[in-house]
Amino acid sequence: MAAERALLIPSPRTPKSTQDLPSFPVSSNSGVKVNLDNPILVSGMDSQNPTESSSSNEISLKSASIRSLSSNPSRASRGNSIGAGSFRDLRSKPVRLGSRRGDSEVFSTSQKEISDEDARLVYLNDPAKSNERFEFTGNSVHTAKYSLISFIPRNLFEQFHRVAYIYFLIIAVLNQLPQLAVFGRTASILPLAFVLLVTAVKDAYEDWRRQMSDRVENNRLAWVLVNDQFQQKKWKDIQVGEIIKIQANDTLPCDMVLLSTSDSTGVAYVQTINLDGESNLKTRYAKQETLSKIPEKEKISGLIKCEKPNRNIYGFQANMDIDGKRLSLGPSNIILRGCELKNTSWAIGVAVYCGRETKAMLNNSGSPSKRSWLESRMNSEIIVLSVFLIALCTVVSISAAVWLRRRRDHDPYFSVHFYGACPGRPGLLHGQIKYVFSDKTGTLTENKMEFQCASVWGVDYSDGKANTQNQQARYFVKVDGKVVRPKMTVKVDPQLLELSKSGRDTEEAKHVHDFFLALAACNTIVPLIVEDKSDPAMKLMDYQGESPDEQALAYAAAAYGFMLVERTSGHIVIDIHGERQRFNVFGLHEFDSDRKRMSVILGCPDSTVRVFVKGADSSMLSVIDRSLNKNVIQTTKGHLHAYSSLGLRTLVIGMRDLSEPEFEDWHFSFETASTAVVGRVALLRKVAGNVEKNLTILGASAIEDKLQKGVPEAIESLRTAGIKVWVLTGDKQETAISIGYSSKLLTNKMTQIIINSNSRQSYNTGASSEAARSTVALIIDGTSLVYILDSELEAQLFQLASTCSVVLCCRVAPLQKAGIVALVKKKTSDMTLSIGDGANDVSMIQMADVGVGISGQEGRQAVMASDFSMGQFRFLVPLLLVHGHWNYQRMGYMILYNFYRNAIFVFVLFWYALFACFTLTTAINEWSSMLYSIIYTSLPTIVVAILDKDVSRNNLLKYPQLYGAGQRQEAYNRKLFWLTMLDTVWQSLVVFFVPIFAYWASTIDVPSIGDLWTLAVVILVNLHLAMDIIRWNWIFHAVIWGSIVATFICVMILDSFPMLAGYWAIFNIMGQGSFWVCLLGIIIAALLPRFVVKVMYQHFTPDDIQIAREAETLGSLRGIAVEVEMNPIMEPPSPRR
Amino acid sequence: MAMSPLLDDDTTLFDVNLDGTSTSEDGGYEPIPAPKTKSKKPPPYSRFTQQELPACKPIITPKLVIASFTFIAIIFVPIGIAALSASNKVVEIEERYDRECIPPIYSDHILQYIQSVGTDKTCTRRLTVPKHMKSPVFIYYQLTDFYQNYRIYKSSRSNLQLKSKADEGSELKNCGSVQTVGDEPIVPCGLVAWSMFNDTYSFSVKDKALIVNKMNIAWESDKKGRFGSDVYPKNFQAGGVIGGAKLNSSIPLSEQDDLIVWMRPAPLRNFRKLYGRIDVDLEANEEIKVEIKNNYNSYGYGGEKLLVLSTTSAFGGKSKFLGIAYLTIGGFCFLFAIVFAIIHCFKRRDIGDTAYLSWNRSPVGYYIK
Repeated sequence: MAAERALLIPSPRTPKSTQDLPSFPVSSNSGVKVNLDNPILVSGMDSQNPTESSSSNEISLKSASIRSLSSNPSRASRGNSIGAGSFRDLRSKPVRLGSRRGDSEVFSTSQKEISDEDARLVYLNDPAKSNERFEFTGNSVHTAKYSLISFIPRNLFEQFHRVAYIYFLIIAVLNQLPQLAVFGRTASILPLAFVLLVTAVKDAYEDWRRQMSDRVENNRLAWVLVNDQFQQKKWKDIQVGEIIKIQANDTLPCDMVLLSTSDSTGVAYVQTINLDGESNLKTRYAKQETLSKIPEKEKISGLIKCEKPNRNIYGFQANMDIDGKRLSLGPSNIILRGCELKNTSWAIGVAVYCGRETKAMLNNSGSPSKRSWLESRMNSEIIVLSVFLIALCTVVSISAAVWLRRRRDHDPYFSVHFYGACPGRPGLLHGQIKYVFSDKTGTLTENKMEFQCASVWGVDYSDGKANTQNQQARYFVKVDGKVVRPKMTVKVDPQLLELSKSGRDTEEAKHVHDFFLALAACNTIVPLIVEDKSDPAMKLMDYQGESPDEQALAYAAAAYGFMLVERTSGHIVIDIHGERQRFNVFGLHEFDSDRKRMSVILGCPDSTVRVFVKGADSSMLSVIDRSLNKNVIQTTKGHLHAYSSLGLRTLVIGMRDLSEPEFEDWHFSFETASTAVVGRVALLRKVAGNVEKNLTILGASAIEDKLQKGVPEAIESLRTAGIKVWVLTGDKQETAISIGYSSKLLTNKMTQIIINSNSRQSYNTGASSEAARSTVALIIDGTSLVYILDSELEAQLFQLASTCSVVLCCRVAPLQKAGIVALVKKKTSDMTLSIGDGANDVSMIQMADVGVGISGQEGRQAVMASDFSMGQFRFLVPLLLVHGHWNYQRMGYMILYNFYRNAIFVFVLFWYALFACFTLTTAINEWSSMLYSIIYTSLPTIVVAILDKDVSRNNLLKYPQLYGAGQRQEAYNRKLFWLTMLDTVWQSLVVFFVPIFAYWASTIDVPSIGDLWTLAVVILVNLHLAMDIIRWNWIFHAVIWGSIVATFICVMILDSFPMLAGYWAIFNIMGQGSFWVCLLGIIIAALLPRFVVKVMYQHFTPDDIQIAREAETLGSLRGIAVEVEMNPIMEPPSPRR
Repeated sequence: MAMSPLLDDDTTLFDVNLDGTSTSEDGGYEPIPAPKTKSKKPPPYSRFTQQELPACKPIITPKLVIASFTFIAIIFVPIGIAALSASNKVVEIEERYDRECIPPIYSDHILQYIQSVGTDKTCTRRLTVPKHMKSPVFIYYQLTDFYQNYRIYKSSRSNLQLKSKADEGSELKNCGSVQTVGDEPIVPCGLVAWSMFNDTYSFSVKDKALIVNKMNIAWESDKKGRFGSDVYPKNFQAGGVIGGAKLNSSIPLSEQDDLIVWMRPAPLRNFRKLYGRIDVDLEANEEIKVEIKNNYNSYGYGGEKLLVLSTTSAFGGKSKFLGIAYLTIGGFCFLFAIVFAIIHCFKRRDIGDTAYLSWNRSPVGYYIK
């Protein structure tokens, strides 16, 4: 997991210790290196993207973020969350899979000098000058779309983005021409006007709400430096260049560069929950040079040269010229609008981006990605229907021309009845899922890390684990007279606890001491002391950190008496069994996914300097000095294997004493690297590589990643439902497999095919003869995946993977996840679903047809990017098996039904045109034509589309196989479509021709036969629906029979207006026996073929759903032999939040 | 900030479904009353909001199928027989006279004959009553290939004008190019009225004239609601091109039954319109002499003119279609009932037999026990 997390980004700052240390002459070596790197990197970038650098600023910034996405996985997880905008770009460009070494690109973009044209110049404390040349936007935000004047044109313009509206507008306009008017002028305009009006009112209301919230937001107050005094000023009046003071718990009014904070080292903690949903605190730093300045007293002046506003909330680059020095500013020096200042009593900063140019506002443009896809689908269906109608009209007009050689007129009057015909197919999606791609951490597991056991100096301390439940000796310390204890309790091993208490006397105890010191020190945890709600006398030590692994380790160290109590940027204080010790932090090499380790250089109280390193076993074993303690290394390796086969996450801890020259050497290069303007990250990595070597192994820690409740059952259900579950995880193979077993993803019956690094091996754990028939599981790791995806083996891999019921991908980077989803989408037409909880899953969630976000511990980016969100993985089962299934069945049927419902009416009109000299007249009352879709047939359609359920929820959960109907496309497919169309034509022929023949050469008049047709069609359409309703409750009865009665009433009302041609027609014709005979005959004759086919089909080839329905009704389903264990899903989910 | 927590809504929705589930058939789970919190009130449990209303779930069983087919057959066959016999009882005399009523000398100049005012258009036909015709005997004229439903024709009228004298001049534009004579509007204007049928018939049996009752041949509703009693024909057929019938300008439109009948448009190109009634019985084999004034120009468009005398039944006029259709449907249903009974006997499928479930049917299914 840790591999996918970006840890705290320490500021490239000038540590205080500089003053204490003797200055070194500039080493010509490193200087040359820098100079060598620089031109190569920059030119490399330029030659790669000559077009981009010449194109507009925005584009080049976007491309920069893409590049960092694809090349640096540790940043990629962040980059993904930037917002929908960057994903559009990501989709439109070929997604690069795999994490190749693309460092040079990253650094070239992140450290590139800002050219003057691209830069924004901000004069500190001089808003007038800052805004003189460039008119930067003020800080007032305006999220409202419309103003009073622009409302009508703009709203109309936006509404007419829908093809359907344009279509109806064209029809309405055509109807205004007397030659073409079919419906009355008002009749043709009214429905469209109504829809437009309702939408406009809704938009206006929403916009008004937005304006209100804008007003509240703009009128908030902030302390701004005016005439050397901090005065309260409204947010909207804040200008770029002004110096602003923020108090604790205040929300930031704009994006500002930190100048100084209440903390003497210039640290400020901010909560970014409004921005990216992550609730943990993030550290931001003020520059050393500005730290001591007091804006009220001395006039600060300086110039910040920063990049143009962009939406990358994790990127910022600027230079600050102050007091004749040039400082480089990075993302850790800026605090963004929308964040809250926490645990820092005040912070002073200078506004650099205001109002709509702030990163929060730039990211606020909504998420158009999937909705537009839905709408475009709908639009395309409307276009198809229009083509169909134009074809019909053309047939009529050509016939008219041929037969009568008279005027041709293109009347589009059939068309109105396709209104509302297309509910769109996306609703079908989650009923047809064939592939589920799941993240592991936080999705299958709780992402609640628990320290389980440790191996220290080759001794495994996990035996006593079982009987230590009651020994949760809570370690506590006293801070400022208050008792403080860790927020989380950790099970401790008594033997280890004993050892840890015994000081550093024995060799064994010394190693234990160092081990826990490493756990407590080698992290980026920020300790916070919070009130204990249950016990006011106590305080709780809350470890805030971005990685749950680190939190677990820090809590574990605290439990063993090594409690981290204070962290500033220069030192940490660790309470070791009641003794507070202060350690100087000389440097911290952050975690990155290439090194897979982090290190901290500590100056211990005994004035030794040590480097503590912790990291993934693979990377650590390569930097450990193998010549020392061979036995320890061997046994630790054994323990690591044992831990990971239990499904535990392991980390190896190592350390080394630094000699003075070594330290000085390191210190100098660290200084150089962290103040470097160009290629800083690469230099820092190099420095880290130099110091993290020849380590002594201390031991290994094992952390349990708990499975979520109901996951095994849920996976079993999904598998039974024929859904292929692919787990994509960053964990190593052993961990992934063990989690696979514990989550029932893998079973002993399965044949496992394991592909890793470059060797391909397969072994059978089941009977090899049955290999072809039994289920196959594929386990593949990220490295081989990258290799395969790039080669021709891709197709082969997919072929193999598609026959496997389970695929486990370990060691995959976030973008590889998206790449795998893209591969499956490319190769099959099956529906895919991605489920994940973290920022690293966002790309995968957006790539899949259905994205599900789990609102877990890893923030909300996944939820924001998803189509559905839920609390736990197991809720995926009801989502797919129950709601997905119902939705699929309903929507599949409704698409067919709606097509039928509208087509039958159009056909009846069409047949009449053939009998009216091909001139387009309707026998059916024009008002009835309009009301057909609005009153006569709409309600039953809506109600059935929402409420009908084929099989009960319990049985769907009990028999996941029923989900297969969606995968096999049983409810909506081409065959069914054409059968329905055939049925439609037959029914329309019956409706039309029965009255024609019955009243051939008789005295019947147009309105009377029109009324007969109207009533026949409406009754037919409603009965057709009634025949297919599965679950009749009173609502269905009310709407079906109600619609028919309403139609009769409407027709009667329409025939009561003397001004309409149909005056009294219905009453006349209802008095004739032939009318009723016709009506009955039409309905039976029209529905007969359908009924016969349905009966025969159900008798000879009953499908699963039908049998399940029958069994459910007859009550025999309970006794089926096949028993799938009932999911505990029906239990009330534990209250979340 | 417009970043609303979407999540809360979503999860709430989902929770609702998950929490309070109770199903009628398996009954395993009691509805769980949602705990009441101050911050977020979960909606109270109700079967309506949970979509768990008591419902009937009909399934198609073989018995139901056989029963319904039989039922339809039982209903349809008698109706079909009744309709057929009713149609058979209707006595209808159809006499086409458009060709016969052209004097042979004019056979090459039909249009000239029919259009000229001077020619004698009287024509005598003799009809034989095939069967006893019980009064009332309805007299229809039937035109063929006359598209009263033609788009322009159909709308070439002014309903407002017909309704009241005050509106004489309104909606004239509907009537096409000829709307006025001088400045005076034509009442009734438009093609429909202009083309009114104007052949007349007079009947006699054994030289004794039969009285044709023309009372109430139009709909009462039309007379009251659509044609005004204060509207008198004006300037009608006074323009350049004379169409069909002329109207007596001293009778209000609401009394002009022939006009009202004509003004109800026919939906098909072959149609009948009521001419009048004979209120005496006609005996079988009686010879009726009809004197026709053959005025109407159906020759121009090649249509036929027929005179029809007919009695009626409960099912309307003489038409075998409905009877045959009903018998066919009934017969088919009966056939299906038998076929299905046979299928049910010999190739039985037990309803709800879970052995037919796909995963139970094939061992290599989706689920392996």
